[in-house]
Amino acid sequence: MAKRPAYSNLMKEIRAGKFVITGELEPEKDFDLSAVIHSAEEMKKTGKIVAANVTDGPQGDAYTCSMVPSYLVQEKVGIESVWQMTVRDRNRIALFGDVVGGAILGLKNILTLSGDHSGLGDNKKARPVFDLDSTQFIELVSKIVDKGTDLEGKEIKGGPIEMNIGCAANPNARGEYLEPEILKVGRKVEVGADFIQTQTAFDIDEAKVFLKELERYDIPVLLGLFPLKTYGIAWYFNEYIPGVSVPKDLLSALKKAGKDNKDNKQAKHEAIDKINLEFFVPFMKEIKKTTKAAGIHCMAVHYERLFGKLLQDF
Amino acid sequence: MIITQQKDVNEIWAMIKDFNKILITGCDGCCQPPRSINEAKLLGQLLELKARTAGKELKWKAITILRQCDDRIAATTVRPFLEDYEALVSLACGLGVVMMNKVADKILTYPAQNSMFGGGQNNGENSFIQYCETCGNCLLGVTGGVCPIAGCAKHLNNGPCGGTVEGKCEVGGYKHPCAWIDIYRRLKKFNKLDLFKIYRPPRDYRSATSPAYIPINKVFTNEEEKTKEGKK
Repeated sequence: MAKRPAYSNLMKEIRAGKFVITGELEPEKDFDLSAVIHSAEEMKKTGKIVAANVTDGPQGDAYTCSMVPSYLVQEKVGIESVWQMTVRDRNRIALFGDVVGGAILGLKNILTLSGDHSGLGDNKKARPVFDLDSTQFIELVSKIVDKGTDLEGKEIKGGPIEMNIGCAANPNARGEYLEPEILKVGRKVEVGADFIQTQTAFDIDEAKVFLKELERYDIPVLLGLFPLKTYGIAWYFNEYIPGVSVPKDLLSALKKAGKDNKDNKQAKHEAIDKINLEFFVPFMKEIKKTTKAAGIHCMAVHYERLFGKLLQDF
Repeated sequence: MIITQQKDVNEIWAMIKDFNKILITGCDGCCQPPRSINEAKLLGQLLELKARTAGKELKWKAITILRQCDDRIAATTVRPFLEDYEALVSLACGLGVVMMNKVADKILTYPAQNSMFGGGQNNGENSFIQYCETCGNCLLGVTGGVCPIAGCAKHLNNGPCGGTVEGKCEVGGYKHPCAWIDIYRRLKKFNKLDLFKIYRPPRDYRSATSPAYIPINKVFTNEEEKTKEGKK
């Protein structure tokens, strides 16, 4: 299909050929969004982050919605948001209503996700919805944006609605699991995705293979990276996030940094930051230099102090 | 077959504790594990024990019915006993319980089971496994015989999702297979990956909406029938 116009700053910068960086904000069980706003401000200060993703109930937890914080960071901080929406909790009627509502609020990027299953979250008894899957959700948003209709072709009054559509991919699929992942991404591209933001990668060789495979689709890919603020986060990631394995050396280095400096917070921060910078800066440079990735999706949630140093060369 | 799990005896007792005479009906239909005459008898003994601890005498009789979900079979089997009992306890799945309440409508029929799913008995895995969700729109012909509705926690039509790791599903702690990896393997094996690549548009869930009615003993004709769809 013909390429959709670049409506968002993110999409414009990608099309302009810049190596873009996106950040990530995670509203939790928050009525007070000041931490999210603060994090967005720190992203803005770097001058390097073009847009910030706002998560929608990650790990299947019942968290504050993603629409309102997506709006607030644009309005209050002036950084564009990538509004994450999962199909876990809403049927096609609610998804339609929310997408049009988000568009009214000026949201220009939507990341279409299936979402972590509610059975993994903190309200396990919930009935999961999954009326549409994430690919079908792309069809819905495409119809809203390109045709100004709902899924049934019924017209939306007003418009046009201008939004760019992102989708996810899993760079940790390897071996025999790589092909189904790549073919699945193909469906998403066919239906109307504009860009990809991947799940986090730690293995550069695998990431390069994955990016190479995706080149067949001619769609910009932002490779997901997750700087590790504490050993605890690294351990959790390694244990509980599907398909992610944190390299053993990195895990043990973080553990040691925490242990060696347990009485000195400042020294501990410096040691952990150093480990992250030594791992991720060369990683990002290598990706930028040797692959066709359009940028990096940097999921340094609540790790504001690293932003400046991590991104200074980008 | 319909896979059922027996309710806790305390829950069954709480439902029937006000009655003195109950008829317990097993079902010889497709319920698995078996819920027939022996299981009905065992439940009777358990309830009698519960009644005694509560200082009460409970009279019960156990029978079994060929298929409780068939109104003619259920009615003819149960009719001779109805005068003598105050309530029925059914060991059938929910279909049987509803039907018994219809055919023996002067008394109440209580469920002794929770109906779990339509499943297969997979002895290799020592499990009853949900193979069909009776969704009303069978995809098995294009998914290599693996169901993405019953087999996928997210009911994906265009999987796999990011929650699959080395062919296992995040739901249930990576113990159960990812249906979409199985679909991929099956279609690849039969050289039909084109079917895997196809985008499947949103499903029409009207076929899975309750309550559902399908006429039986419909008159067939080779003349086209024109039906008028009622306006909403």
